[in-house]
Amino acid sequence: MPDQFSLSPRQRDDLRAIAAMIVPASDEYKVPGADDPAIQADMLATLGRDAKLVVAALDYLARLAGQPLTELDAAKRDAVAQEFRSSGGAAAATLVRVVLQCYYRDDRVLRSLGLELRAPFPKGYVLPDGDWSLLDPVKARAGTLRRVP
Amino acid sequence: MKDPVDVLIIGAGASGAAVAWSLAETKMHILCLEQGGWMNPAEYPSTGRDWEAKFYGEWSSSPNVRGRPEDYPINDDNSPIKVVNYNAVGGSTVMYTAHWPRLHPSDFKVRTLDGVADDWPIDYDALTPFFEENDRMMGTSGLSGDPLSPLTHPPMPQQPMGLSGAIIGKAMNKLGWHWWPSDTTVATMDYEGRARCINLGHCTPACAQGAKSSTDITYWPHAVRAGVELRTHCRVREITTDESGMATGVVYYDKDGAEQFQPAHVVIIACNGVGTPRLLLNSASNRFPNGLANSSGLVGKNLMFHPYAQIYGYVKEPTDSNRAPPTCLWSKEWYDTDLSRGFVRGYGVQFVRGAGPVFEAVVSEQKGILPWGADHHRVFRKLNGHRLGFSAICEDLPEEHNQVTLDPVLKDGHGIPAPKINYTISENSRKMMEHALAHGREILETAGASDICVNSPIPWGGWHLLGTARMGTDPERSVVNEWGRTHDVKNLFIVDGSIFVTSGGVNPTSTIQALALYIADQMKQRLANLFD
Repeated sequence: MPDQFSLSPRQRDDLRAIAAMIVPASDEYKVPGADDPAIQADMLATLGRDAKLVVAALDYLARLAGQPLTELDAAKRDAVAQEFRSSGGAAAATLVRVVLQCYYRDDRVLRSLGLELRAPFPKGYVLPDGDWSLLDPVKARAGTLRRVP
Repeated sequence: MKDPVDVLIIGAGASGAAVAWSLAETKMHILCLEQGGWMNPAEYPSTGRDWEAKFYGEWSSSPNVRGRPEDYPINDDNSPIKVVNYNAVGGSTVMYTAHWPRLHPSDFKVRTLDGVADDWPIDYDALTPFFEENDRMMGTSGLSGDPLSPLTHPPMPQQPMGLSGAIIGKAMNKLGWHWWPSDTTVATMDYEGRARCINLGHCTPACAQGAKSSTDITYWPHAVRAGVELRTHCRVREITTDESGMATGVVYYDKDGAEQFQPAHVVIIACNGVGTPRLLLNSASNRFPNGLANSSGLVGKNLMFHPYAQIYGYVKEPTDSNRAPPTCLWSKEWYDTDLSRGFVRGYGVQFVRGAGPVFEAVVSEQKGILPWGADHHRVFRKLNGHRLGFSAICEDLPEEHNQVTLDPVLKDGHGIPAPKINYTISENSRKMMEHALAHGREILETAGASDICVNSPIPWGGWHLLGTARMGTDPERSVVNEWGRTHDVKNLFIVDGSIFVTSGGVNPTSTIQALALYIADQMKQRLANLFD
């Protein structure tokens, strides 16, 4: 039996449609859109504590659209999306964040950005030490702490 | 009935750990009760590919978002700045940026110098040896000799400048303004069993490498080895007193949720600026109807955050993004009062290196600079890995209407009334924040930044919880005396940020811990007549 926050087929369709509007696929950058099946699956699998607000956002989106998002013509769909983003409050913001956080951890997307496909730990990163002679003007200007009686 | 302990410490965070370690040499029976548990670094966010997403959920800095059993809810609806903290062995040192400035000597004489707020009953010199001791224990890195900061002697060299630091340094030099590598509690070399920093970047929600100092890996192992008992998952409900007005112990809920009474000869509170007044107010009794140690009526009042004025932008050259500790440089250019600016007191600045891709996408979309649709990819590539930030830590002056009280409805998982925050940003702070933003913009523009965005205040920026059980010599105007003992209850001490008289314009943890060590030292010197 599905839990109270599992998405209906209509909600999944709308999530896929709005995700594609937020981040469409790009041939130029060789990246999928956020409607990509693997990215959608990641969203659904990791909704967790965000599920309640995402469901609320999709309910709001459905009310604005009046029918499945994909069945609207492009102009109407854009108008709905704009209204959703501007008036959807915390629920809409959560949905957008869920889309982006799953999109920007996808291997294909990270590869396109030139980022390594790994967690920060345990390898970490190398940081240039820098040219500390940049501090010379600060040392030359000196200055003092405020005097205390 | 449990056997009484000599000293009972409530809270195992920054100050509780320091006071426990310092008192351990007395060989008294010392017990610390902590509502959280020991941390497991293998579970820290940076060990997983979903490291950024976790910051929006179980690793949020907000206890209200995290909602772990170890957390308690906080009603901060009446505050533009939301409280953030962490509850575990190590407390909020598990989840902080490790930025490590100290209060300046002038911060202890605010009334004398500027005619506002109050002077502290102690001065900087009284804390100097404890700052030094604490820096050794926590393990600090930095560059000694900053002309505009108190002299420090970090045992480790400063963090690398990185790409972001060089851009900021050049811009500050063009403008002729002060900057300096920050003192931090990030180990830049192997130190006392801690491995050196390898630039995981995601420092704030705990360091999987153990390079960032938190008291679970610094003070606590030493304190436990020295005989201090640390009992975890124990939430204190109230401090009990006898007919003579002395503290007798605490009532707490153990890890199984069972109510327990632990008698003690001395009680030390180390729950910081929200948890401490909450506990004192929840300890009201017939003898102390307005809350324990509250004859002044000041418990919970004078809450000081540091309102953060943050401004950031994007430069053409790459920055360090998430591939380095988030803070690396500070500036004290505007730290002291200059009345021509239109406000009293001042602010410290911490420069921020950048952000990871998820954070960048989410925040930039919310700010409206990252569009939906076909242009999303081009714009994201312009923003990601190019961010530089400037955050001003504005000194908040004490005002009694900024207050922690008990919420009449909200309760934690044990049914204990939760704290409620009433807080407004003062006109003086607002002017300070505007001044900071103007100068931050000038720095960013000098560095060549565009798409400049502002967060003022940072809404989830209530890290620093100060002033709600202030220190002073006058029992009518303060809660604790000049060595941390409450005026009203002679075997009750407070050692955390709540005893701050004023807030300064810097991150307070270094000063909180120096105060805790100072109070422990005072107690050790007075053991023969501690209750006189």
